[in-house]
Amino acid sequence: MDPRTRLERQARPASLLLNMGPSHPAMHGTMRIMLELDAERILNAECEIGYLHRGFEKTCENKTWFNLLIYTDRLNYVSPLINNLGYAMTMEKMLGLAVPERAQLIRVLMSELSRVSDHLTCLAAMAMENGAFTVFLYMMKAREFLWDVIEQTAGARMTTSYIRIGGVRADLRPGWREALAAAVRGTRAVLKDVSGLLDRNSIFIGRTRGIGAISREDALSYGWTGPCLRSTGIAYDVRKAHPYLVYDRLAFDVPVGEHGDNYDRYSVRMREMEQSLRLLEQTAALVPEAAPLPAGPVLEPDEAIRASRRRRASGRIRLSPNLEGSEKERQPGLMTPDRPVGVPPKEDAYTTMEGLISHFLFFMNGKGIRPPKGDVYFSVEGGNGEVGFYIVSDGSDRPYRLHLRAPCFHAVAALEQLIRGRLIADVIPTFGSLNMIGGEIDR
Amino acid sequence: MGPESLIGEIRARLGPAVEGVADSFGDPVLVLRAADVRPALAVLRQPPFDYAVLLDLTCVDYAAGEGRFELVYHLFSLSRNVRLRLKASVPAGDPAVASLAGLWKNAEWLEREVFDMFGVRFEGHPYPRRLLTYEGFEGHPLRKSYPWRLEQPRLPLRDRD
Repeated sequence: MDPRTRLERQARPASLLLNMGPSHPAMHGTMRIMLELDAERILNAECEIGYLHRGFEKTCENKTWFNLLIYTDRLNYVSPLINNLGYAMTMEKMLGLAVPERAQLIRVLMSELSRVSDHLTCLAAMAMENGAFTVFLYMMKAREFLWDVIEQTAGARMTTSYIRIGGVRADLRPGWREALAAAVRGTRAVLKDVSGLLDRNSIFIGRTRGIGAISREDALSYGWTGPCLRSTGIAYDVRKAHPYLVYDRLAFDVPVGEHGDNYDRYSVRMREMEQSLRLLEQTAALVPEAAPLPAGPVLEPDEAIRASRRRRASGRIRLSPNLEGSEKERQPGLMTPDRPVGVPPKEDAYTTMEGLISHFLFFMNGKGIRPPKGDVYFSVEGGNGEVGFYIVSDGSDRPYRLHLRAPCFHAVAALEQLIRGRLIADVIPTFGSLNMIGGEIDR
Repeated sequence: MGPESLIGEIRARLGPAVEGVADSFGDPVLVLRAADVRPALAVLRQPPFDYAVLLDLTCVDYAAGEGRFELVYHLFSLSRNVRLRLKASVPAGDPAVASLAGLWKNAEWLEREVFDMFGVRFEGHPYPRRLLTYEGFEGHPLRKSYPWRLEQPRLPLRDRD
């Protein structure tokens, strides 16, 4: 096959061919945009992706259903919790599991925190590349507020693996309510500042208004979802159209744009963050205070193991700090009672024969989670749009096929059309407003 | 129109192109004849069915046991707010199906990815080229016959004139 790209073959002899990327400060992650130029004017463009291809789908076929969760963290690495959620809920649909109310509320909290951080990152980078470095710093600061809340509970900022099949790994950390309220307050203040800096900023408007515009028909034809689709005026949001978790009980609006240009994509994301903060406050009010753990002596694990040799141990056992929040007493609110989908309580594994057996049965090859045969598709609203998982199970302990529907794949597919006929400088805000995430698009 | 009657109407309209209907965890699935994929999807894209969005396109390798690749299309209708899954099987020996390029704009990239990962040919595709891997990559990594850990040969640097 001709090793030359379509652009190279079709380029006019007089044109200048220029590579933007794969290593370019504005190519968040790595992506190559080949441009055919007449001076500054882009006559034709071609995008090349795959520089971050790690074989996610192939790897998953070789991991057990439980173990592959960590790979979903690394898809859209700015909002890993939403990927966790998408995978967990797809599995729950296949296994027919009902998740406890408390876990559902925690999932909504985590999803919305992630959504805001996703939008913040997108707009921060977009603004910075247009020269608004202050906005970048402000928004990164706000993202830290949110990630602090996530980190307190999930134990990690990005590689969370917190939302598990059947529920969540641990309960919210004591003091989360105040931390969340402070983060929401701080983020609101930052959004107000950013609005003041950008909304009517003539430099920003000059680089975004009317640039990278797409019609509704084309947006649909490209399979756009999420904020990019809504910027064209189509109010499609998976949380409203196919409600999951408790979204049907919460009040929020779906902001839409009008022209589908860069500015509308910015503005839709800004207004969506407001809605997400609103959702965070509503959901936080719905989460009941956690019941305190029973009082009494707390045994060290080795003491408990020794004691359990004589008689069934009673009382609490001190768990390692990374298991904080997943004590046995907390499990009913966090995990579906259909046991084999979650890690059995550590207390049982330490002190009872049955607990130890079920622990091994959960982690052994060929055991553990084994969904029925069949294929299933389920999607959630991610930061970039519809994050869908298509999973084929052959009844064994690992997927026969697992496919991610990456929302930014479809958005970036339209980039060639969006920048054709524009100037080089227009590539930057257009690309920035699509929020390409390497881990998600290349998988 | 309820979901069942919608499927019934699609069956009536597409006729023999539909080889079967299935239910998968509550979602409707239509099994299409591979030769009819493009005309059938062209019909579904238009009103009254109005599946205006090609949500996703992927493939599953059943070559080892059943000697076939299964293409899986997900359509979405904004006006009805329903999704539809369609499947078509192609023989593993020479997997080929008509391209959807021209019907949906994202089909070009989706089909390039399936070609790259599974080696399915899309007839009439305007630019059949690998998407996620590179020119010179050997094999199709998501086929079951492709080992999980396989090193690819190093490519020489291309000389630019």
